[in-house]
Amino acid sequence: MNAPAKIETTLKDWETDQEVRWCPGCGDYAILKAVQRTLPQLGADPKNTVFISGIGCSSRFPYYVESYGFHTIHGRAPAFATGAKLANPELDVWLVTGDGDGLSIGGNHLMHVLRRNVNMQIMLFNNEIYGLTKGQASPTSREGTKSPSTPIGSYDHPARPAAFALGSGARFIGRGFDVSKNLPDVLKAAHAHKGAAFIEIFQNCIVYNKDVFNDFAAPKGAEDRQLWLENGQPMLFAKNTKGIALNRDKLCLEVVDVADGDWESAGVIVHDVTNRSVAHMLIEMPFGEFPMALGVLYDDPRPTFEDAVIQERKMASEGKEANLAKLLGKGQTWTVSGTAQDPV
Amino acid sequence: MATAANQAESGLPEAPEAIVVRFAGDSGDGMQLTGGQFTLSTALAGNDLATFPDFPAEIRAPQGTLFGVSAFQINFGSRSINTAGDAPDVLVAMNPAALKVNLAALKPGGLIIADTGAFTKRNLDKAHYEANPLEDGSLAKFDVLAFDISEKTIEAVKPFGLGNKDALRSKNMWTLGLALWMFDRPREPIHDWLKAKFKSKPDIADANIAALDAGHAYGETAELAGPVKQLTMPPVQSEPGLYRTITGAEAVSLGLVAGAQLAELPMFFGGYPITPASAILHHLARLKEFGVTTFQAEDEIAAICAAIGASYAGQLGVTSSSGPGIALKTEAIGLGIMTELPLVIVNSQRGGPSTGLPTKTEQSDLYQAVYGRNGDAPMPVIAARSPSDAFEVAIEACRIATQYMTPVMLLTDGYIANAAEPWKVPDPDTFEPFPASFLEEPNDGENFLPYKRDEKGARPWVKPGTPGLMHRIGGIEKHELTGNIDYSPDNHQRMTDARKNKVEGIVVPDQDVALGETTGKLAVVGWGSTYGPIHQAVRRSIAKGCSVSHIHVRHIWPMPKNLGELLKGFDKVLVPEMNTGQFKTVLRDQFLVDAQPLTKTSGQPFQIAELEAEIAKFFDGIDGNEGGDVSVNEQQLPSPIAEND
Repeated sequence: MNAPAKIETTLKDWETDQEVRWCPGCGDYAILKAVQRTLPQLGADPKNTVFISGIGCSSRFPYYVESYGFHTIHGRAPAFATGAKLANPELDVWLVTGDGDGLSIGGNHLMHVLRRNVNMQIMLFNNEIYGLTKGQASPTSREGTKSPSTPIGSYDHPARPAAFALGSGARFIGRGFDVSKNLPDVLKAAHAHKGAAFIEIFQNCIVYNKDVFNDFAAPKGAEDRQLWLENGQPMLFAKNTKGIALNRDKLCLEVVDVADGDWESAGVIVHDVTNRSVAHMLIEMPFGEFPMALGVLYDDPRPTFEDAVIQERKMASEGKEANLAKLLGKGQTWTVSGTAQDPV
Repeated sequence: MATAANQAESGLPEAPEAIVVRFAGDSGDGMQLTGGQFTLSTALAGNDLATFPDFPAEIRAPQGTLFGVSAFQINFGSRSINTAGDAPDVLVAMNPAALKVNLAALKPGGLIIADTGAFTKRNLDKAHYEANPLEDGSLAKFDVLAFDISEKTIEAVKPFGLGNKDALRSKNMWTLGLALWMFDRPREPIHDWLKAKFKSKPDIADANIAALDAGHAYGETAELAGPVKQLTMPPVQSEPGLYRTITGAEAVSLGLVAGAQLAELPMFFGGYPITPASAILHHLARLKEFGVTTFQAEDEIAAICAAIGASYAGQLGVTSSSGPGIALKTEAIGLGIMTELPLVIVNSQRGGPSTGLPTKTEQSDLYQAVYGRNGDAPMPVIAARSPSDAFEVAIEACRIATQYMTPVMLLTDGYIANAAEPWKVPDPDTFEPFPASFLEEPNDGENFLPYKRDEKGARPWVKPGTPGLMHRIGGIEKHELTGNIDYSPDNHQRMTDARKNKVEGIVVPDQDVALGETTGKLAVVGWGSTYGPIHQAVRRSIAKGCSVSHIHVRHIWPMPKNLGELLKGFDKVLVPEMNTGQFKTVLRDQFLVDAQPLTKTSGQPFQIAELEAEIAKFFDGIDGNEGGDVSVNEQQLPSPIAEND
């Protein structure tokens, strides 16, 4: 299959005539703009682009992108997207889900679309809260989150979206946040990855969970708290005065000081996006002691599900004739002629 | 065939028109295989037939137990056969448990063939027999042929050096050999089948063939006492043509393939393992060359959602399950109704509620099919009446789904799915094609309106990838033309009406009368797999002089337009069904008719005799009517028919 021809579009071409119905100041607006900015850069073709979502604030997304869109039911978007992709592998599918949609009611489907490796971009908007139902704690809410359903504070341990994805067999893990200027780069890398590309996007719910990501997403002091990963580059942050190194005794990551830019002698690791073990450690780095790992954490493609399905159908059909009359009369038959019966 | 009364105490009838044989044994004894091969030889002999496999939900239930008994019943004859038969003439019991579980069904004077080798103290204990029934005289009203099949099998396969345990696995073939002799059948087709089945293990094939031949030779040479004699069943007079046997699951699969071809669409089948629906997934998984994609999803919900996703992308989405799985799919069915995409949902019903009786049959998902969704969510429902009928019904489901842009539910049941019957292979050239069409240009001047309806009330089907027709759909109420989110009161009223009118306006053939006059005293109205027993019971009742007709409804929703008028031509309406009276309620609701229920929920199909007895109650002076004429049930709805009387 040839790569689809690149189409020239502008951000405006990806806007619909629909009134956007998110709360003023919602992080979703920034993500929408980032996506609408990215699509022209990818040369994406609106007629081949499909946004498929579940239920929740984030899942209203398809209504606002001038392409094909399917707003489905709660948690099941991965299954619809799998069917659509198997029916027409040429479609460029973007899945939009949230922490409740993707990890609570739809956790099963998210796991399976990742392990099957269906070629699509999966954007999980993580705001650590149920927004559309007015602010209940979600599976990613931190312990102690006070909400209408957890008035004294939640006590269940939060799920970690990127760790879940990696554990499910994802071959691409990206991370960004709503207002980050780097988000389009992460989206582009996800799009370039052939297979299921999982992107966790931290998103600010200004009504029910305001500024919950401010400790790393706030512009002030961001460089000390954000580790933007780049393939082949040392893992440096805090204006290159700090880096991430491997503690070989404890087999874990640690923050090291880098003097005069000499990261090599400080033992700072060079990011290799195909290293699954390091990806796991980056995802699990506790924020506070460590910066938040952002960008492309892991990218190591393997064959996609739809290619395997196409291949199987081809093999199974080879040398076989799709003759309905023959199929209906298959197996042991007999002929009735007049009154005599002759086995054939 | 001779009635039970004049045949009792006299062994098998001399020249029966039909005979019922039940093979029963442990679930590990290979009874289903034996039955399947006996069915094939019966079909090749030109007899009409119907079968009823009845097996436990456990794959290998503990040996020798009552709940581990697996049975296969076949009714075959030289006349038209519609049911698997009420009571067996012959019961083959491979162990005490099989005898105990199945004895009550056997006709008085019927023949029991029992393997004494399996009637050990241990097996008798497991079947809760205090004494050996083969020896204590308790089977006096039957003919008993008891001998050591186990030992004879071991002897027959000795040359192949198998251990006793392996040798005993050929016991079913020995028994099949004897049955083939009894009914004068050739062994060659079974030889060929065994050779093909054990292609890579020729020793096993040879051992099984030796066991089969030994069973056959035993019948031929042994001095079998009175009851067992060879019977030759002349072929049935059938319409000329090519025939094969077919199960309901096969017929549904082939019908879906044919339906997709007639719609000129590739088919996408999303499924998840569940009894008794899995067989459809298995059949279709082997038909990839017909443009079929099968997808075993992570759960029932994903199976239907993927099918809807495929329909959205322009294929014919199909999913299949059984009651509990259909329950899981319900929310997605609602989305299919809301977004108006084609979809076929096959429900192979089983006993419920909850997990219920996974391997037993019931018709208790009718309410679920017709009413079982949130919101006003109308959906067409059609039902197959027999294994072979499922072929046509599956095509009809594909037609309605693609022509009207709607999910359609096709109801079969465990009985139809597993049972086999002869099928005259149809010629695909005689099928009427119904090619699906996709919109490729704006449909309103220069504008594109995703919900602008055609004269049938159907919205256009647009494949993603079509230039200029980008649009968004979803489960939220949408504007009646643009499809944009629209919660306004008037619009929701109009959209609710439009969805209802579309489904109610689906053109379905007028209801015919399957048997009997178009007016009369009693209409027996059925749907689904009760066709066979109702038909025979009505046939017998008409012969006795009753004014009774058989009406069998395929289109459950919407119903044929003439059905109400048709029912008004009868004084009484009796609705036999394998549930607590669901179709009866729908008929009452739709036509204000005083339909009387006749219900059965034992997991077993109706017997002809029980229906016949029930019909007789409606007729004074007819044999079998002990209670006089049936009075109108006071608790039921007021009946316009009764008033007209």
